[in-house]
Formats: sequence, C-alpha cells, structure tokens
Amino acid sequence: MERHFDAELKELHKEILKMGALAEEAIFKSIEALKNRDKNGAQEVIDTDNRIDELELAIDERCIDLIARYQPMAGDLRFITTGMKINAELERIADLAVDMCQRVLELTDKPLLKPLIDIPKLSNIAQKMVRDSIDSFIKKDVDLAKTIVLSDSQADELRNRVQEELVNDYMARDSSTASRAVPLLLISRHLERICDHATNIAEDVIYMVEAKVVRHHLEELG
Amino acid sequence: MVITTKNLNLWYGAFHALKNINSGIEANRITAIIGPSGCGKSTLLRVFNRMNDLIEGVRIDGEVLINDINILDSRTDLVGLRKKVGMVFQRPNPFPLSVYENIVFGPKVHNLANKYELDEIVEHGLRSVLLWDELKDKLKKPALGLSLEQKQRLCIARLIAVKSDILLMDEPCSTLDPQATQRIEELMRELKNNYTIIIVTHNMQQAARVSDEAGFMLLGELIEFGQTQQIFTTPKDKRTEDYITGRYG
Repeated sequence: MERHFDAELKELHKEILKMGALAEEAIFKSIEALKNRDKNGAQEVIDTDNRIDELELAIDERCIDLIARYQPMAGDLRFITTGMKINAELERIADLAVDMCQRVLELTDKPLLKPLIDIPKLSNIAQKMVRDSIDSFIKKDVDLAKTIVLSDSQADELRNRVQEELVNDYMARDSSTASRAVPLLLISRHLERICDHATNIAEDVIYMVEAKVVRHHLEELG
Repeated sequence: MVITTKNLNLWYGAFHALKNINSGIEANRITAIIGPSGCGKSTLLRVFNRMNDLIEGVRIDGEVLINDINILDSRTDLVGLRKKVGMVFQRPNPFPLSVYENIVFGPKVHNLANKYELDEIVEHGLRSVLLWDELKDKLKKPALGLSLEQKQRLCIARLIAVKSDILLMDEPCSTLDPQATQRIEELMRELKNNYTIIIVTHNMQQAARVSDEAGFMLLGELIEFGQTQQIFTTPKDKRTEDYITGRYG
C-alpha cells in the first residue's frame, strides 16, 4: 500500500534533483564565462545564486517537517537525513561557482595569461562528478557512487599540476603576472573543492543505500 | 471558518472543564486536538454536536458558530445538528443489524431517501470508506461480525449516508493495530476533500502525521493552536513544547 508519506518523499526527491540541476548549471556557466571572457555570463551566475539559496532553505524546511511529522525509520530516515546533507553540499557547490565567477570578473579586463588547457579538463571532471553523484542518488547506485569516491584523486592531481605551472612557470619568473595567475589558481582550487563536495554526496549515497559509513573510512569501500 | 468558538466555557457542576476557548476551524481540513488525559479535548469535541447536553449538571457559555449559526442557542434543532455534525467514537459501535441496515438506518430515520435510493446510498457510503469491494457481497451479514477496522469504517460510512459535513473523531484508531490505523489515516486524507474532520487523539504521532492544524489543550485551556508543522517543529508556548517532547509532568 502506498503511504501518503511516500508522496511527500517523492516531492523531496524532486526538489533535490532540481537543486542538483541548478548547481550543475552554475558550474557549466561559470566555466563558459571563463572560456569566453563573458562578464555578463559571470554576473548572471552571481545574480541567480539566490534561487539556489532559497531552494536550499525550502528543502531543509521540508526535511525537518517530515522528520517531525512522520517519525521516519530505517531507510526512510536515512533518505531524509542524506537528503539534508546532499542539499548542503549542492548549495556549497553553487557558492563555489559564484566564487569562480567573481574570479572571472577580475580577469575579463586583462589579457589572458595563457591558453586554458587543464582548467577546462578539471571543470569537465567536476561537472561529471557532480552529475554522477546526483545520478547515483536518483538510481541508488552504489557502484557509481564508489567510482566517484575513487576518482577524486584525479581532480587533486590536475589541480596540483595547474598550481605548479602557474607558480613555477609564471609567478616565480615574473611577479607582475600574479594578478592574472592568482585568479586562475583560485579557480582550480574552487573546482577541486567542487569535486570534494561531489565525493561527499557519493559517500552519503552509499550510507543511504547500504547504511555503511565510508566517510573517513575508505577501506570500507570494499 | 466552519466552526468558530468564542469565549467558550463549560462546567461539569463546579468543575471548570473548558476555559475561555477561542478557536477557528477551517473547512476541508483535518484539525487535531491533543493534550493529556482530562485536559478537556473530548469535552470540546462533544460541544460541537451538543453531546454534552446529555450529561447532568453541564453548564456552557460563550458561542460556538457553525457556518455562522450559534449552535449553543436553545432553539437549535439537535437532531439536525447531529446529522450535520457526526461523531465517530473510540470503540466502533455498529448497530446489531446487517451491514446494509446500519447504513440505511440514518437515512430512513431522517426520511432522506425512498427505498430505491437506499441501495445507492449504501454503495456510495461503502465506496467512500473503501469498503465496497470487500463487503458488496456481504451486505446482509451482521455488522458485528466485521473486523474492528471494518466496523470503524462502517461507522464513518453511516455518517456519510446522512450527509454529515463535519466528522468528529474521538480516538478513532485507539483500538486498531498499526496497519489498520495507517489505512484509517489514509481514508481521513481522502475524506477531507469533502468533509471537515476534527480528531481528538492521545497519539501525538498520529496528530502530527494526519492533521493540517493542531491545538494543544491543558487543564481546560487551549494553550496553542496553529498549523501542524509549526506546532510540531516550532511551538510558541513552552507548555506545548514540554508536552510534545515528552517532558510534561
């Protein structure tokens, strides 16, 4: 028998998916703005972040309401508490997209320091990890979630490469490049943080489906 | 508002059971009244169809407006009132008659239908409480042979048969197991599209799950009344918080 509660859970599910789509779109648009040196595009991401903030608050309120009114147990309880955590991760991802756009605004009036090669690669990884983490949540796909957790090191390596290049090849040789190199360095850092948040979502999904805590215990991944 | 109470006070002899109750109950909503034993919640419920009149030594003042008519007025047609405002009790109380006769009893007494229409009333009543498929071939069977849950549904179907608008439910699930309770709660959600439901319950979890608005009563006072979500997540009065978090007493 379908419970009234199930209809409420479906609504929560829908809202989290919407939050995921908005966060993913924010990353995509911020990298497009960087690649195209598009001030308006960057400003748009900054200006529309309040939609994501409002949705975050609405999802939190819905989760608290569901816990208070239905006293969920077992899988239902894990779904709602995981939903709350994923909600916070997605909001942070969207904030990082805003941070990237602020860096883009600092760069658009200056000549490009160097062609963008590794940052778009890192961005592709970040977008894929976010998309896959949301997919793993939708499909309750633990295997996909595990792949995400294990792929985070790729993002770390790429960020290190970008940083080394910017520091050693540019800033150390010519300190006047710093005003153009630092924003790129920060963007690589923001993208890597986005990957960390996607990893957190994947770890939450594993907990939701299997009730297994892999956060801080990678050996549990099996 | 379908039901509004204004400065409602009720005494059983010298005992002041309801103290200055002011509330507004909206149509097509489920309103829950919660509170510890003896707080006056059942008394308040029984005011809405003047069931307390049957108790000796009862004195009431204030106003209870149902669709803007003060039902405490001495000229109130009590039979008409109780037809419009029906009650479901803690223990299901079908008549010792057949399923069919239980449902047509009210319409016959109130002359609501001719005998051809009675069949339709029975089908509509049983369909409304999701009993038709189970009982359509057992209409002549004695109602006392039904399960507790079926009996409770039948009692709700009896109210539907006399076209009640407001359903008062006094602990309607307290004799039922958790599965039957869940099914009655789902039924309540269906019924609220066409009826206004007021439920009194000891079961706070049930009130939280099923109601749209909730009121907390203590020692005859309505301490707090508001949206269920607000009452159970951010109650305004400390006494409400103490009760719903189990710290009361």
